[in-house]
Amino acid sequence: MTTPFRSVNPVSLTAAPVVGNPPSSLAVGARGIVKVFGVGDARTQALKGADFEASEGELHLIVGPSGCGKTTLLSVLAGTLSSDQGEVNLFGTRLTGLSSSEVTRFRCRHIGFIFQQFNLIPTLSLVENVSVPLLLNGAGRRDAEAKAAERLRQVGLAGRERQLPTQLSGGQQQRVAIARALVHEPRLVICDEPTSALDSMTGHQIMELLSTAAKAPGRCVLIVTHDPRIYGYADRISVMEDGRVTHVHAGASLSSYIHSENRS
Amino acid sequence: MFLLALKMLLGDRAKYWMLVGGLAFSSLLMTQQYSVFQGLMSWTTSHMRNMRASIWVVESRVEQVNESKAMRDTDVNRVRSVEGVDFAVPLFQGVLKARTADGSDKMIQMIGLHSGTLYGRPPRMIEGDIAQLRLPNSVVIDTLAMEGTRLGSGMGRPLRVGDVFEINDREARVVGICQTERHFFGYPYVFSSYDQALQYSPRQRKMLSMILAEPKPGWDTAEVAQRIMRETGLRAFTVPQLEASTIRWVWNNTGIPISFLTTIVLGFVVGVAVCGQTFYSFVLENLRNLGALKAMGASNGLLAGMLLFQAMIVGLIGFGMGIGLTALFGLTVAQSGQPPFKADAAFVFQSLAAVLVICALAALFGIRRVAKLEPAIVFRG
Ligand SMILES: Nc1ncnc2c1ncn2[C@@H]1O[C@H](COP(=O)(O)OP(=O)(O)O)[C@@H](O)[C@H]1O
Ligand SMILES: [Mg+2]
Repeated sequence: MTTPFRSVNPVSLTAAPVVGNPPSSLAVGARGIVKVFGVGDARTQALKGADFEASEGELHLIVGPSGCGKTTLLSVLAGTLSSDQGEVNLFGTRLTGLSSSEVTRFRCRHIGFIFQQFNLIPTLSLVENVSVPLLLNGAGRRDAEAKAAERLRQVGLAGRERQLPTQLSGGQQQRVAIARALVHEPRLVICDEPTSALDSMTGHQIMELLSTAAKAPGRCVLIVTHDPRIYGYADRISVMEDGRVTHVHAGASLSSYIHSENRS
Repeated sequence: MFLLALKMLLGDRAKYWMLVGGLAFSSLLMTQQYSVFQGLMSWTTSHMRNMRASIWVVESRVEQVNESKAMRDTDVNRVRSVEGVDFAVPLFQGVLKARTADGSDKMIQMIGLHSGTLYGRPPRMIEGDIAQLRLPNSVVIDTLAMEGTRLGSGMGRPLRVGDVFEINDREARVVGICQTERHFFGYPYVFSSYDQALQYSPRQRKMLSMILAEPKPGWDTAEVAQRIMRETGLRAFTVPQLEASTIRWVWNNTGIPISFLTTIVLGFVVGVAVCGQTFYSFVLENLRNLGALKAMGASNGLLAGMLLFQAMIVGLIGFGMGIGLTALFGLTVAQSGQPPFKADAAFVFQSLAAVLVICALAALFGIRRVAKLEPAIVFRG
């Protein structure tokens, strides 16, 4: 179902691709995505033929004004929402050609999720929350919790495994969410507004963790945001407007874009 | 995942106790009412366990053991002459009035046994000798009759062997005390010889209530009963046949089964309503979490399994509490024997099955909701 593991082309990491150039090791590719919500007067065309590409080893931001379709595009790319038209490819697998249960299995194995509201299960301890993706992939409980505890240690929450999410601050909860998103070593990490519920300091700590995660071989981290403070972490930024990706910035173009956005 | 599913539910104390409480109440209602109902039904057939005859011969229109229509004395001989009958004896059964030491009248269940064989005698004597029924004016009473509220009225103590009371102005001397199973009418049993019972009873043209018969060794009881019917035109029952016929009669002629059944169905419906409602709101409140699980790759099947598992576990706990309360009720009433109470292992499993069906139905609403859930909702604010 998926392509065999490919080693990262180091060029794609160091020398950022120029706008318009095809990326050397494609992680995510989407073409002509159309998504319509509702019917009649309530009909909204959230995506109007959006194209999108992201490479392995890349931290890729999707930005744009509120309501332009960022969340919808991210949902389609992650396979949690089916599109009306267009094609999605993840690591060589044509997602749009899979049955819905195959898509579910693909998500389970290859995608990690980080939500704006963290979405930790409040009645489960931290280590139990983090072990969920492993359990869903068929791991045994003891094994899963050992790995989950190790992940919690990596995000700086050692010794708090048995606490409940409600005992933590927002930033700490988001770190748990990161541990949960990475624990099963997914190839694609999907984040919707991961810092918008956090203060600036905490937001930077979260982004540090995510950009380290993106350096793992063969991985791609996709982040939807409208928070210009974190643009500096991006390897590439796709700008959306009215249901389409209108610009892609990398390399020199990226620096000047970030500069202009942070000034305005 | 199933362990975590359980923790999710246990974490919501209010809902958990609401579910367990609802199921416990529903289980209690169903099992308690059913046990009392079973007890009542067993009361309707207690004659058969207190008199233990193999074949019961009655007038052709009689359908149940508590009813008798008088037969001719000659019918006993007609039954005796049927091939396969070892012996057949007359039995008197009737509700009479007894007068106690303080002059009050009490209803009794009078049983007159054939004095030669004493066939149909109660299974267990506590005191005295049943053979003394052959003496004039003697009776054997059951433990219920001894009580101060019954024939012991005015004695200041329970009636005992040697005491005397009156039935229809005739002396009745207690020569023994026996153990009986309580009868549906609630009257105490008083046994005497058949001839003595006729003297106690107001004189009528025909006095024979029933004929009790025993098949010859090696003969099939049902077949002998069949022969008796064919050859005498009377009605003859084996014990299981008479039991079934009596219970059928109660179903067809009294409101008892319907009223109990209504309560039991109500218990079931209340269980489904309370649990369905509570469980559904649990699912709704956890929709974001369930959506997140779905996004992370939990299949509909797995989530359905988790919800069903949660429901079954609260079902088991609730049922345990309900049946525990019912058992407690059973033990409490066992002292007085009232209201009647009868439960067995098969019944426990049946009611457990009913409760699990309630839980499955309750979970079904939630499962449907989760199956329709778009995992993408977790990205929405
Ligand atoms: N489930 C939905 N039903 C109807 N309309 C929706 C739904 N989700 C999104 N939309 C609409 O689609 C458009 C794009 O939404 P969204 O992708 O959430 O934008 P963004 O994340 O960029 O703010 C908006 O106009 C929004 O109202
Ligand atoms: Mg959004």
